[in-house]
Amino acid sequence: MGGLTLTRAPIRWHEMTVVEIVDESAHAKTIVLDRAGWPGHIAGQHLDVRLTAEDGYQAERSYSIASAPEDPQLALTVERIDDGEVSPYLAGELREGDQLELRGPIGGHFTWRVENGGPLLLVAGGSGLVPLMAMLRHRAARKSTIDTRLLASSRSWEDLLYRDELTRMSGSQGLTLQYTLTRSRPPGWSGFDRRVDAEMLALIGPRVSELPRIFVCGPTPFVESVADALVGIGHPPSAIHAERFGPSGG
Amino acid sequence: MAPISRGFHGRPRRDVDPARVPPGQYVVNDFPVLSAGPTPRTPLEQWSFAIGGEVAANSTWTWEQFLALPAETFTVDIHCVTKWSKLGTQWTGVSLDTLLESVDTKAGYVTAWSDGGYTTNLSLADLTAGRAWIVYDFDGQPLEPEHGGPARLLVPHLYFWKSAKWVRGLTLTAEDEPGFWEQAGYNNHGDPWKEERYWGD
Repeated sequence: MGGLTLTRAPIRWHEMTVVEIVDESAHAKTIVLDRAGWPGHIAGQHLDVRLTAEDGYQAERSYSIASAPEDPQLALTVERIDDGEVSPYLAGELREGDQLELRGPIGGHFTWRVENGGPLLLVAGGSGLVPLMAMLRHRAARKSTIDTRLLASSRSWEDLLYRDELTRMSGSQGLTLQYTLTRSRPPGWSGFDRRVDAEMLALIGPRVSELPRIFVCGPTPFVESVADALVGIGHPPSAIHAERFGPSGG
Repeated sequence: MAPISRGFHGRPRRDVDPARVPPGQYVVNDFPVLSAGPTPRTPLEQWSFAIGGEVAANSTWTWEQFLALPAETFTVDIHCVTKWSKLGTQWTGVSLDTLLESVDTKAGYVTAWSDGGYTTNLSLADLTAGRAWIVYDFDGQPLEPEHGGPARLLVPHLYFWKSAKWVRGLTLTAEDEPGFWEQAGYNNHGDPWKEERYWGD
């Protein structure tokens, strides 16, 4: 991949086959797709999914890409919003062998590649971890040792997406993984146990003087509060890349 | 011909007029927030609005002067490129026709710029004839910072990223110069009814 550049070519719709569905938590599933025809992407980008009912009715939503550009397949992780229209289908009804129509990759701002350098601070709230996981997977695929700190906030350990894979990654040189569990903690938990705040962010680092590139993704109130805290401890607003999502019938 | 999504029935909303919803959009009742960085917070005493660039003379207004301009309260539908539409939103602000009234220019394009470094480009034609405003009230209340307060551009006939939050000025230009999202994969014009979402649409 490596040389992928953004061009102004039209972004096409693709029909892709679901090759695997993985349970990530009680609310979230990863949809793994055969990536034949996919033009490639940069970690952090998203795509549009379109569903078509038998009567021709269509619904579209956007989802972050979870897989690294280097991965042999394309993966999305979808959290089910109970009163949503599309996510209950994707994270409930969709099966291996089904076709999915999607369009992408989209977005040229909330993106990172190894060539952009570091250090890197990634702050995730809930399923905001998805595009940040694509960055971690990209970093691992490229065997990068760039100083990277992840702070992931989750209600509980069972709600934390990719927890086994993150645990396997945790020995990687230059990588620091920290979690805060805001509702319930397993016995003997030694990580954080409160909402992300300025003190926690200062502790995780990297220090302001190291000029980290910062990516924050999560629900709107989470991103607002984390971005404000980061500015409050002295990080320049221009270094903070934010992606917000809200409860909007996804 | 789109493939049928096995087992998908959808949940089309019966309570909205389909003629008001552009292709690929769905209607929400809440007001999602999309911004590329932290929310800037400029004190009102430091706020000003400026029109400059290819103009005979620059114009600026302080917050007080801006509030003294003739304002309009109006109701429009808004459409975000991330697929949500919000119908019947009520705003108060100053029409761009009012702001551009005394501006002498041959420029055909505008870059709107904001606190926090955001920019977006529009043609002057898209900003005039009663189709664009600088708004400071939403639903009868001062516009909240996360929605672009103290004031944002509002161009409801284009996707909502053109309605720059935290807007502080317009730079009139002879050439069309792509702004923040327009350089990052999004369409230069952004008409929701033509589904001009991304490059090449």
